Amino acid sequence: MTLGDLSGVFPSPFDLNGPSFSALLRTVAPETLTAAMAAPVSHVEGTTIVALTYGEGVVIAGDRRATAGNIISKRDMRKVFEADSWSAVGISGAAGPAMEMAKIFATELEHYEKVEGGPLSLEGKANKLAQMVRANLPMAMQGLVVVPLFAGYDPREDIARIYEFDAAGGRYEERRFATTGSGGRDARGSLKARYREALARDEAIDVALEALWDAADEDSATGGPDLVRGIFPLVVVIDRDGYRELDDPEVAERVQEVISDRQGA
Amino acid sequence: MAMMPYVSPEQAMKDRADYARKGISRGRSVIAVEYDNGVLFVAENPSATLHKISEIYDRIGFAAVGKYNEFEQLRVAGIRLADVKGYQYAREDVTGRTLANAYANALGAAFTESTKPFEVELLVAEVTADAVELYHILYDGSITDEDGFVAIGGSAEALNARVGEGFQAGMDRDAALRLARESLGAADGPPIEGGRLEVAGLDRTRGRRKFFRLTNDEVAAALG
Repeated sequence: MTLGDLSGVFPSPFDLNGPSFSALLRTVAPETLTAAMAAPVSHVEGTTIVALTYGEGVVIAGDRRATAGNIISKRDMRKVFEADSWSAVGISGAAGPAMEMAKIFATELEHYEKVEGGPLSLEGKANKLAQMVRANLPMAMQGLVVVPLFAGYDPREDIARIYEFDAAGGRYEERRFATTGSGGRDARGSLKARYREALARDEAIDVALEALWDAADEDSATGGPDLVRGIFPLVVVIDRDGYRELDDPEVAERVQEVISDRQGA
Repeated sequence: MAMMPYVSPEQAMKDRADYARKGISRGRSVIAVEYDNGVLFVAENPSATLHKISEIYDRIGFAAVGKYNEFEQLRVAGIRLADVKGYQYAREDVTGRTLANAYANALGAAFTESTKPFEVELLVAEVTADAVELYHILYDGSITDEDGFVAIGGSAEALNARVGEGFQAGMDRDAALRLARESLGAADGPPIEGGRLEVAGLDRTRGRRKFFRLTNDEVAAALG
């Protein structure tokens, strides 16, 4: 092995893709990123992800159901992922490519942070994710659409932001709330009715759970809380202290409150 | 064609080793000390941004002395190797040993084949649930597995002796930091100011990413 052989490993000084993990992956393992297929394949999809800002941060929550056609293929699916300590990504669409995108995205952020010695800005993260969605366009044309929802807290500016995407890689910042997935429309209506400026953290969590409930009520591909199996929506809060997932008992308690409210009404 | 004068291989290797050693000895040293929860790296580094100590992967840390641009290149290459491997297999499959071997091979190849050897010395550390693995890689690719503590850089021999006098297995982090600071300072001079120290390490009690870096304030608080 000579130094010449190491050139693929050593970054060149003005490599424009320098701290990008996905660009690195394209050079060392292109097969992982070009999985476009000849014909549409059956896949898992159907989801509701909601995100809303509140006084100190942002809440992002997702249901747990995965479907293939009219079959429920998984009841405890994770659709909200930690992207880094200050942000989360929720995914909807074809499960395989979507989870892969979340994994590469998280690695991308960590890779950048390690190489550059500091994290990307929140907008930088959102732009990177938009590029990844755009790169998935050939697969989207085959039916394997991935539409993420990105929420994070910017510790430099002390502000929480939400970014929505479309299948073609469009990136739209939302100041108040956003949804994605097959139940997104119903959840959006619910959020529109309940959202207020500067909610308290617990109120925001309740609003998110109500929106997921309303989505599950209308959309067969969105799962409601499963009281028998003890499966509840995944709720993440991101504020000045960073990313935090609520544990199941806490979510269960809030879900019970939502249920008793509705029974009373 | 001009005739090259004959140089024996022994002489050629010796010249290169002298060259590399001279380059390394010009820079400041780094000390690694095992403590109860992991391993601490301490370097005298007046720059707050040009780091000598860095995170490579979940359980793996890196420290280097010598020429900055050279070890920076090696550091980024290590992060690339680790991230690609962790993505393609699983996070737990990324080990310090693999990385240390990659560095040893790269440095060894550069030492024998290129016109100029790397003027660097590296440390690769990995924390596991109950142990610390500490690999020391020299400019020529030789690699050793260190136990407890190690100093690299210019006056490594003297530093190693001084750290060895004060080292105790299972010491806490602040004690390890004080020991490293005392050892780095001149024997009869005042201790190095906390603000001139770069302090980072691996702590097995942390979450997935074990790497931490102490701010100047935290260093001052730890030194008391």
